[in-house]
Amino acid sequence: MTAVRANRDDVMRILGTVMDPEVPVLSVVELGIVRHVAVSDAGVKITITPTYSGCPAMRTMEQDMREALVAEGIGDVTFETVYAPAWTSDWIPAAAREKLRRFGIAPPGPAEQGGLIALARRPASVACPYCGSTNTERRSEFGSTACKAIHFCNACRQPFDEFKAF
Amino acid sequence: MTTLPPDVAAPRETPLGAPIVEFVLRLGDDRLVLGHRLSEWCGHAPVLEEDIALANVALDLIGQGAAMLALAGKLEGRGRDEDALAYLRDEREFRNCLLVEQPNGDFAVTIVRQFLFDAWSVLYLDALARCPHAELAALAARALKEDTYHLRHSSQWMLRLGDGTPESHERAQRALDALWRFTGELFEADAVDAAVAKQGIAVDREAIRARWNDIVSDVARRATLTPPDEPHMASGGRTGRHSEHLGHLLAEMQIVARSHPGAGW
Repeated sequence: MTAVRANRDDVMRILGTVMDPEVPVLSVVELGIVRHVAVSDAGVKITITPTYSGCPAMRTMEQDMREALVAEGIGDVTFETVYAPAWTSDWIPAAAREKLRRFGIAPPGPAEQGGLIALARRPASVACPYCGSTNTERRSEFGSTACKAIHFCNACRQPFDEFKAF
Repeated sequence: MTTLPPDVAAPRETPLGAPIVEFVLRLGDDRLVLGHRLSEWCGHAPVLEEDIALANVALDLIGQGAAMLALAGKLEGRGRDEDALAYLRDEREFRNCLLVEQPNGDFAVTIVRQFLFDAWSVLYLDALARCPHAELAALAARALKEDTYHLRHSSQWMLRLGDGTPESHERAQRALDALWRFTGELFEADAVDAAVAKQGIAVDREAIRARWNDIVSDVARRATLTPPDEPHMASGGRTGRHSEHLGHLLAEMQIVARSHPGAGW
């Protein structure tokens, strides 16, 4: 394959166009799974940290990243998976959180640090992404994908997803 | 007395491998088997949200199991990947604890089994996340976050079932009584554990048992359930001696991979 000598900025720009297939307003970069990009004569090496163990979209995202780079002539791509530090929703930047909210998904609050059990404490209610009310209730801690929980807004009577704080 | 032919009479456990490999297999097999059990609920749970919840927990556990079995295969160095370990081992080669292979039963059995496991798992993973084996610690740290989330879910269901209707209470208590004898195994330590402890992977079982007892008694009390006074504990899973249920589970889990070796899509 004819090697195009890409620079790191090009690679990051291209990866910024690769969307999470299940949350299509977030790019893989905004999602925080792209931890490191190294460009050398040997090609491009992308270090990724997967989100949930049970997320079936991880492999798709890797494939989508590869295809997007190939489409721009960057073919020598290798991926390395690194598990530590573990992925956290805290890595999603503020601008991307606003994109989530506009898409109808309540963005994640700060992830809980340490402490094993918080059984009795009720988590703070999550603001409705449609009307902003905090008069909402959690319907289920698990939603349509590993990264979401289901809530209901008592003010505007809408069910909505929350991107879990994790 | 009837004399059995030697191949039948001889113990059929497969010999234990290198301690670190055995140690990681035990960890991975727990998750693979419990994940498969939970996946059996898919399309059958009492309400849609729970169907989705159990499937999500199943996916997390199977994902954790896959990563742990991949590590076990790498440490073993015989070229077996996570698929080979999951699909091409026989019952006696599985190292999961007996608790996770117990059948789903009714929803109460599934929730009690999950709660007893989750409460143990978060403590065990918390210890492993601080061990000096970098790859193992990383997998444990990640799984710990997920299992903490699972524990919150299973704990809340313990409260709803135990402190719910007379029927849900009775079923939850019955499940607790039936599954209790599989909890002793979670705190056993054998030669494998002693060997990996020498490499710094030391998990203080008695400390974990004490904290587990605290969590379980606290939730049980609030759920108006009573842990049974059961002196007899079942054991054997860690060395491949399983209850009759694992073979049936594996038959279903492995049939496609074994019927179509090497198939891909």
